[in-house]
Amino acid sequence: MSALIKHTPLPDRPPPSSQTGIVHWAKQHLFSSTTNSLLTLASFYVLFLLVPPLVNWALLSATLEGTDRSACEANGGGACWTFIKIRFNQIMFGLYYGSHPEQIWRPVLAFFMLIGLVAPLFIERFSYKGLLAGFILLIFPFIAFALIHGAWLGLPVAETNEWGGFMLTFILSIVGIIAALPLGILLALGRRSELPVVRSFCVFFIELWRGTPLITVLFMASVLLPLFFPSGVDLDKVLRALIGITLFQSAYTAEAIRGGLQAIPKGQFEAADALGLAYWEKMTFIILPQALKISIPGIVNTFIELFKDTTLVSIIGLLDLLNMSQTAAQSAEWRGYDTEAYIFAAFIFWIFCYGMSRYSQNLETKLDRGHKN
Amino acid sequence: MTKHSDHSIEISGLNKWYGDFHVLKDIDLNVSMGERIVICGPSGSGKSTLIRCLNHLEEHQEGTIIVDGVELNNDVKNIEKVRREVGMVFQHFNLFPHLTVLENCTLAPIWVRKTPKKDAQAEAMEYLERVRIPEQANKYPGQLSGGQQQRVAIARSLCMKPRIMLFDEPTSALDPEMISEVLDVMTDLAKTGMTMMVVTHEMGFAKQVADRVIFMDYGEIVEQAAPDEFFNNPKHERTQLFLSQILAH
Repeated sequence: MSALIKHTPLPDRPPPSSQTGIVHWAKQHLFSSTTNSLLTLASFYVLFLLVPPLVNWALLSATLEGTDRSACEANGGGACWTFIKIRFNQIMFGLYYGSHPEQIWRPVLAFFMLIGLVAPLFIERFSYKGLLAGFILLIFPFIAFALIHGAWLGLPVAETNEWGGFMLTFILSIVGIIAALPLGILLALGRRSELPVVRSFCVFFIELWRGTPLITVLFMASVLLPLFFPSGVDLDKVLRALIGITLFQSAYTAEAIRGGLQAIPKGQFEAADALGLAYWEKMTFIILPQALKISIPGIVNTFIELFKDTTLVSIIGLLDLLNMSQTAAQSAEWRGYDTEAYIFAAFIFWIFCYGMSRYSQNLETKLDRGHKN
Repeated sequence: MTKHSDHSIEISGLNKWYGDFHVLKDIDLNVSMGERIVICGPSGSGKSTLIRCLNHLEEHQEGTIIVDGVELNNDVKNIEKVRREVGMVFQHFNLFPHLTVLENCTLAPIWVRKTPKKDAQAEAMEYLERVRIPEQANKYPGQLSGGQQQRVAIARSLCMKPRIMLFDEPTSALDPEMISEVLDVMTDLAKTGMTMMVVTHEMGFAKQVADRVIFMDYGEIVEQAAPDEFFNNPKHERTQLFLSQILAH
């Protein structure tokens, strides 16, 4: 028997050609067995039944022209997007701005200011992130409020109870989400604290809100909250909703973050301790950055839920995107076009929820440093 | 407590329990400045627990521990004071995975020692050179091999300019071919006169570097001697058994 000694490694070879190409893919994924082939064909059949009529209704025979229902009635059959077009301002910006289209630049300006301010936070090399974030969190809300509410610089007043539509949905959820995040972090840390009083308080607080439906919270915010203020102080309805939503949301955010905290190996805490880092340094630089990364999917989940749950503010008389669409469809001129209203509202909700979900996936990939422990 | 001595570490009457389990029993041990001590013993003998008591990662229930003139009790101020002067290297490295190698090394000097960022970075680079991986400074720990990660961990501790270094089985989690690169760094460090307490099963390292070898079993110190004496003429039968097991292969 001769000794086997190799002096040069074998060169890499491409995979056999039968393993690539579209026919191979279809064979492997669509028709790999009799059952799978039948399922594939059945799925195609269902799609064939559903998609063409839907496309026909929503696009091909839909109406977009004209300014009133007569255009839609003349066309018949398809969707009446004319209704959405005419009532677009009302559905997106609420009653006040719906009837004062010349003022719509105010919320639009606030929206783009927010985007303009947030954008630099995503530039890796931008070095004043902390300062800018502080400005967005502490000062921008007042600017935005002043713009949208008016009553200064001669801007006509848009009372908050006339805010509505997508604008209200957006304000309620973005403020709820952002205000709940720091609160949620503190609650999560408190729940894992070694101080028994702090821990008990946080557990009580979290479980209180988690055990209560948002509808109840909104009711309480609208009925109970005023009792805590001296009579004569009329707390704004939108502000009351915001307080309720923020407290409610903070409990869910806290639980998502607690999951992340629990996943951090003990060695990370010990290494930070051994280096002499104090509690807040340890949490800020070592533990939270890792824990928040792990909790991103959970946090985004609660964000998406909140975004959709804001529809419940109708219970205290606020008209968000969904309720405003409904209201528009119940007006005398457009009675009977509820389907269009619901589909439009659902579409807007879907765009934002899907966007958030995609963004969280990107963030996870970006933050992944390829480590396991 | 203010009694002056040239002892870096003074341990007397130390007892510790995990629930009912008596993990450290009547430990008395003094470590001089610059002394290098290797602690060995079977697993579960309390050797890791002992050195983890020295920077209060574990709390002891009885006895006194004085590190660098500061008594370790429940006073957080004292604990922080001790931790600033005592570096620790762990079995599983425990590098911060979301920070680069350089950031791992500069974080504590910047926040605990209040060193300006530029100086902290320059010092960190010096220590990274001493552990022979300056070229990895901007990588993340996940991109390094185990041996490299452990050397970064040593550099990270040294950046705090500690007076005492604790090593908790620093090579146990490493692939065999990476053990020597870590031991070499530790041998270099010993030459600088650092006070070192090393829990390890690397008997070659003990012979070469240690001033004193301590054998622990069942939570007590069974035998301690200079390496020559310890390896060639172990007194206690438990030591003899342990050595025969560990040196057999």
